[in-house]
Amino acid sequence: MDKGVIYFPSKPSILAAGVVVGPLEKRSVFAQNFDLVLDDERADQKTNEQGHQHLIEEAAQIALQKKKLTMDAVDFFIGGDLVNQMTPTNFAASTIGSPFIGMYSACATSTAAVIIASLLTELGGSHYAIAGAASQHNAIERQFRYPVDYGGQKPATAQWTVTAAGYALIGKHQEGEPCIEAATFGKVADYQQSDPFHMGAAMAPAAFSTINQHLKGRGQTVQDYDVIMTGDLGKVGLPILKEMLRQSGFTTKQLETIRDGGAEYYGDDPLFLAGASGAGCSASVFFSEILAELKSGRMKRVLLVATGALLSQLSVQQNQSIPTVAHAIEVTMK
Amino acid sequence: MFTSFIIAFIVGGLICVIGQLLMDVGKLTPAHTLAILVVTGAILDGFGLYEPLIDFAGAGATIPITSFGNSLTHGALAEAEKHGWIGVLTGMFEVTSSGISAAIIFGFIGALIFRSKGNID
Repeated sequence: MDKGVIYFPSKPSILAAGVVVGPLEKRSVFAQNFDLVLDDERADQKTNEQGHQHLIEEAAQIALQKKKLTMDAVDFFIGGDLVNQMTPTNFAASTIGSPFIGMYSACATSTAAVIIASLLTELGGSHYAIAGAASQHNAIERQFRYPVDYGGQKPATAQWTVTAAGYALIGKHQEGEPCIEAATFGKVADYQQSDPFHMGAAMAPAAFSTINQHLKGRGQTVQDYDVIMTGDLGKVGLPILKEMLRQSGFTTKQLETIRDGGAEYYGDDPLFLAGASGAGCSASVFFSEILAELKSGRMKRVLLVATGALLSQLSVQQNQSIPTVAHAIEVTMK
Repeated sequence: MFTSFIIAFIVGGLICVIGQLLMDVGKLTPAHTLAILVVTGAILDGFGLYEPLIDFAGAGATIPITSFGNSLTHGALAEAEKHGWIGVLTGMFEVTSSGISAAIIFGFIGALIFRSKGNID
């Protein structure tokens, strides 16, 4: 078996999920499957970061309500965001009150959190775990680029950080619910790309590496999947990934299986440039649209590959390149 | 008078094109671009080249940020003539002080009254 590939014999299930988004995200092509669309991107809180925290708490609550559970039932709360030291998630964890595992894999945090939740479930240490990730546009633009009110120009390769939180309730295997069969922790790829407005290009090699790692480790081919969906490569990164896959021997038909949440998120609206990004991007697509497709039986087996750019404000200012990573979960429906 | 509008528009526009190219092609940050334009204006005035440009293009040369660099050098040189070396330091912000003070005061008033939103809806 290839390194980083994990198999879960007990097949932990995704019992429910909660996806909460900001006002602009009602324009998303996935909007009909979001649980709650807020009217105010700060969620009527004083600051963007407090609004960010509110998104996380709300998403976790919704996931629990769907199974008529309360926070007391939760053994682990696992997640992260993109703000320095993940303070919105830390604050949310304090109100949620469950044992907390903070995780940072940038925009690949959603799947990384689900993998840890699945491992804890597999070990018998968790009956119910809440796992996911979130991002809030204004807070994250300020964190990585410029405050939104500064009005800095963005090139067409730039992506739009979504205001969204997606949290999934992971528990023991249950018939009739999508389950996690396997997963892969990706290796960090660094192709010396250093433009923070061009992250899709930086992340494509990480997605390529993790997809191959997973297929090889599991002895599968693309045909085993209804869809292989990456998190937020966007309209620039997705073609790069497809080209890399084509050169490694994928046929045109096989490439049709490859989709990207960020590239599809806002449709063709030019306002959003190269598409969506942010930790909440993969979380809000995977835990809404994809879960719905699985539950309806239209999809039987999917590989969800959240992609993350592991840069910091400091590393950009010091002209460092952008290391990237992708973590994958294989979700199936009987 | 109409020709002076056209000249101002074209010269001012060309300075902005240089700034845009620095950002898009040179991949410089807005802050770097700003600093480069200010320094360029200051150097041009040091060689006595910015005043002729203002005579030629009027507002086309005084509105872009390069004019700020020009004013810095201008003030420094003028004071240096009167007070020697120390004049370089005291004169630098003499001509530009109104612009800087206005930026601070209006920025402060703006921050008191308005709250940034950022949403484009």
